[in-house]
Amino acid sequence: MLSLTPADYDAVRLSLKVALAAMALSLPFGFAFAYMVTFLKFRGKVLLEVFINLPLTLPPVVIGYLLLLLLGKNGWLGPLLDLFGIRLIFTWKAAVIASAVVGFPLLVRSIRIGMETIDHQLIQASRTLGARWYDTLITVILPLSLRGIIAGSSLMFARSLGEFGATIIVAGNIPGVTQTIPLAIYEYAGSPTGESMAMSLCIVSVAISVLVLLFHEFLGKKLGGRD
Amino acid sequence: MEIRINAQKSIGGFTLSADFTVTGDQVGIFGESGSGKSTLVGLLAGLHQPDRGEIFLDGECLFSSRKGIMVPPEKRRIAIVFQQPCLFPHLSVKSNLLYGFRRAAPEHRTIDFAALVSVLKLDTLLERGVNNLSGGEKQRVALGRAVLANPRLLLMDEPLSALDDTLKFQIIPYLKSVSEQFRIPYLFISHSLVEMRLMVEKVLVVAGGRMVEQTTSDQLARSRMGQSQVGYINLLELEAIRRMEGLFVYQWGDTELLVSAGNNQPTALFELSSRDIILFKKHPEAISARNLLDCIVANTFPAGNKIGVELSCGNRRLVAEVVVQAADDLGIVTGSEIFAAIKASSFRRLG
Repeated sequence: MLSLTPADYDAVRLSLKVALAAMALSLPFGFAFAYMVTFLKFRGKVLLEVFINLPLTLPPVVIGYLLLLLLGKNGWLGPLLDLFGIRLIFTWKAAVIASAVVGFPLLVRSIRIGMETIDHQLIQASRTLGARWYDTLITVILPLSLRGIIAGSSLMFARSLGEFGATIIVAGNIPGVTQTIPLAIYEYAGSPTGESMAMSLCIVSVAISVLVLLFHEFLGKKLGGRD
Repeated sequence: MEIRINAQKSIGGFTLSADFTVTGDQVGIFGESGSGKSTLVGLLAGLHQPDRGEIFLDGECLFSSRKGIMVPPEKRRIAIVFQQPCLFPHLSVKSNLLYGFRRAAPEHRTIDFAALVSVLKLDTLLERGVNNLSGGEKQRVALGRAVLANPRLLLMDEPLSALDDTLKFQIIPYLKSVSEQFRIPYLFISHSLVEMRLMVEKVLVVAGGRMVEQTTSDQLARSRMGQSQVGYINLLELEAIRRMEGLFVYQWGDTELLVSAGNNQPTALFELSSRDIILFKKHPEAISARNLLDCIVANTFPAGNKIGVELSCGNRRLVAEVVVQAADDLGIVTGSEIFAAIKASSFRRLG
């Protein structure tokens, strides 16, 4: 029943690669933004929060289109990218950026929920015991928001695997280059003979999602183990 | 230690306006909740920035709005023991203890880890996590962690409030002995007069965001005797001698006291309210109270519509209270002989 063509294997590999890269790319930024909105007071904080959460409410196609305007050859950042000889649009890197942008609010939200449960007096205690702010960040805030970071990363990874709308606009649907699982399924669904092929990829998709969730549960349990 | 502060801080609708100088190694800050004690702690430790003013510790400027100085908390060497233990839940007892020690400058590291661990009786807990420790153990670890940071000042911000009565009086000796043994001056912040008297001599009284009085803890207790529900609380450290027909016999100076609520410990701390002492002009023939002390009136002081009577019993002191008319009837004047009757059940054991 599970018959995959070499192109399908490419799609699976690419999906995993894009999701992992998007997660790795977003993690430091996600942690920094979550830290800012949780612990710092500054002007324009509300605006920043709205901006971070925007991809959650915008249709992914709109995000894809805006990214195209931003990163395209004649886009706002086009000349800058040209200067460094970087070409993003219609490469797998564009798929990474699309996934990262779409999943970013989920990541920040999860990390933030984790950070909000940290008792402020722990942070004050750490400071009065001689830790500078970045020392406190690494030795207290980071380990205590680990659960949120893991939850956010798995959510983001899963979201990236399913990313379609923004990806198809900025990265296109080029088999072996930018065709991820959802794009491949979309193509099979459009062809009269692709039904069983689409089904196989759907099963792979479900399997990966289940594995991600199990991994998440496992890590969460392991972290909660300390007495 | 010398703290010189002249600073204002507004939070919400509350304004703390601190303006005082205090010297001494064991100083209390006494006040009701909401009087501004914790805000003061925040200003001293550098956790809050005053709106304006200056703060000096031992001559060193920690904050000055005029000169634009704000020393960050990690540079002040002022450690805090909070009301909640605030232990780092992801670290072991040992790592918690060493958190501040590792961050202290090598030239300041004078406190020996092993010595402190043994004073606080934490030897067997070192490798454990902190989440399953008892309340008293947690507070001992918190105290050890603060002391090991080798601070020049320890702020104890209501460190006993979250503990039940028994634990409270078990922790007090640790708070005192650790600070004394390792020579760390402390500010003890509390709204409990009994804690104040056990921990410090000198007290600053804070009310409504201002320092209203600088006094001694005993003087404070006397001046509040009139308004207090429980009168003046005499604190008696007693040595157990023997048991007698269901009662405990304790040595108090050169007097023996019979107490109902004793235990098997060699020494115990008891409280006795000034209201539970009945005074007689002459030796009563027979009374139900098990303790009858032959005393001299050392001093009297007014407290509302009552008179506080300081009794000298051998080489020890007790404070009793009587209403003004009773004082007249008994002819209580300094130097007169008087008999004090105390029921064995009036002594309440602390801890």
